[in-house]
Amino acid sequence: MTPPLDAAAIERRPVPPLGGFGPAIVRLEVRRLLRNRRTVIFTMVVPTIFFLIFGLNASYGPHPVGSGNESAAILISMAVYGAVLATTTGGAMVSIERAAGWSRQLRITPLSPAAYVVAKMLTSLVLAAAAVGVVYVVGSATGKPHMPVSVWVLTALLVWVGSLLFAAFGLFVGYLLPSENVMQLNGFALMLFSFGGGLFIPLSQFAPLLRTLAAGTPLWGLNQLVHYPLAGGAFEWTWVANIVVWLALFSAGAAWRFSTATARV
Amino acid sequence: MALTAVSLRGVHKRFGDVAAVRGLDLDLDPGEVVAFLGPNGAGKTTTIDMVLGLSSPTEGTVEVFGIPPHQAVRKGLVSAVMQTGGLLPDFTVAETVEYTAALFVEPRPVDEVLERAGISRIATRRVGACSGGEQQRLRFAMALLPDPALLILDEPTQGMDVEGRRDFWRAIRHDAESGRTILFATHYLEEADAYASRVVFVRRGEVVADGTAAEVRNLAAGRTVRATLPGADVDALGALPGTVAVEVRGDTVLVRSTDSDTVARHLLTATPARDLEVTSAGLEEAFIALTGDGGGQQLSAASEAGS
Repeated sequence: MTPPLDAAAIERRPVPPLGGFGPAIVRLEVRRLLRNRRTVIFTMVVPTIFFLIFGLNASYGPHPVGSGNESAAILISMAVYGAVLATTTGGAMVSIERAAGWSRQLRITPLSPAAYVVAKMLTSLVLAAAAVGVVYVVGSATGKPHMPVSVWVLTALLVWVGSLLFAAFGLFVGYLLPSENVMQLNGFALMLFSFGGGLFIPLSQFAPLLRTLAAGTPLWGLNQLVHYPLAGGAFEWTWVANIVVWLALFSAGAAWRFSTATARV
Repeated sequence: MALTAVSLRGVHKRFGDVAAVRGLDLDLDPGEVVAFLGPNGAGKTTTIDMVLGLSSPTEGTVEVFGIPPHQAVRKGLVSAVMQTGGLLPDFTVAETVEYTAALFVEPRPVDEVLERAGISRIATRRVGACSGGEQQRLRFAMALLPDPALLILDEPTQGMDVEGRRDFWRAIRHDAESGRTILFATHYLEEADAYASRVVFVRRGEVVADGTAAEVRNLAAGRTVRATLPGADVDALGALPGTVAVEVRGDTVLVRSTDSDTVARHLLTATPARDLEVTSAGLEEAFIALTGDGGGQQLSAASEAGS
């Protein structure tokens, strides 16, 4: 420090670019998330085990689906499940961090609230990439899922990018609810959404009314879309509409809660 | 021209019907080490929040080095050690500091601030496993990262044991030698006495006294002159300039006065008093007198000194 400070020296003192955002904070956040055993089990181990249970089933696994087989379709569904759990968890971390007073601590640093949210989303995406990667690598190692190489790559990318929808959901819930309830609620909500999206049971086995209702749930559009490269057939714009509407709702909710939260703290 | 480190002008802060801060004026010069004292609810934390840009005044202006607080924070001119919370238990000590360092332009090296806060040897420990004192020194290390010109400490040693408090203040005192402006809120009066070059008392959202620790002590209760004087003339003593109170306990007389020299001279020259003793009131008494209820008499004295 070089006192005394004059107005020119104050003026010269730099403000960090990008609101204080940088790769270092994402790296540290990811490290912290991966250290949490519960997070790793729920986002990587559980979806992989689900695949091993359902995807390797000899009676329907080899059944052909589009350019591949049923085992591959289940692999994609489980990757979706792991990825959205990862992004939801990443987004909902704001709840815990607010309860710990960490968000307040960050307010007395140059980090802008927007940069904080961007860091959270990128952290979520890294965790989602790991979740998709683990399921796909294990799935590929079993030799049971069959689909063209391009479909392996394309579906993995679609699942990964699509999981960002649930980073918005996680942020919304994280800013809405106190930390003690947020993880339980997320687990329950995602389980419901997963059934609605047809991740666990094919929607064709639902009663017609239930199938109509399922089409309005937030994982439905995403799950249909990510299976499209494998299943082929007619492309439905209602999938995209479902994603866009839910993304708008979650983002608006997150933005609304975020603005009230940062105004108060 | 050197700028005022902190400038509060006619600051009011209301939460609904509750006025937490009522017309506070305060200027801190660069390099001052100022204790901010007051009972709970006096408005200390509310004021500190405004200086840090965590909240805005309902009325009045707050500037830090001549610019709005949130800009001063972004430029790393001001940092703070907050009371509690503000740490993530699943980061290690070093990771917490690294994360914070990544947010600033040209921060001090992580190793350096860990060393200066005295926590180098626990760098790899998880924050959740650290004691209250260690967590507080971690907050101090984080606050040192931008090399701030103004450092704010909000009741920094609350909940620490005696040794933790001593270690913490040793680190702060060492740091203050570099010319940093320091403002600390505390309710440990001995800390204000020992470490502050200036003491600001607040009560119900207003400054009620402002001066050096010794001045503030005098202001509240003056000194007490105690002597053995059988049959003391209470009225004569009470008429002396500066006398606040006269008390007789058997053969002993106690005179509280803001001008103890006059009392002592009178006792020794005009009366047969002996065993004379002059004692200074502690900051503790000053604190009670100035911040408790019914301190009207002291309040008028305080406003004189504040001007």
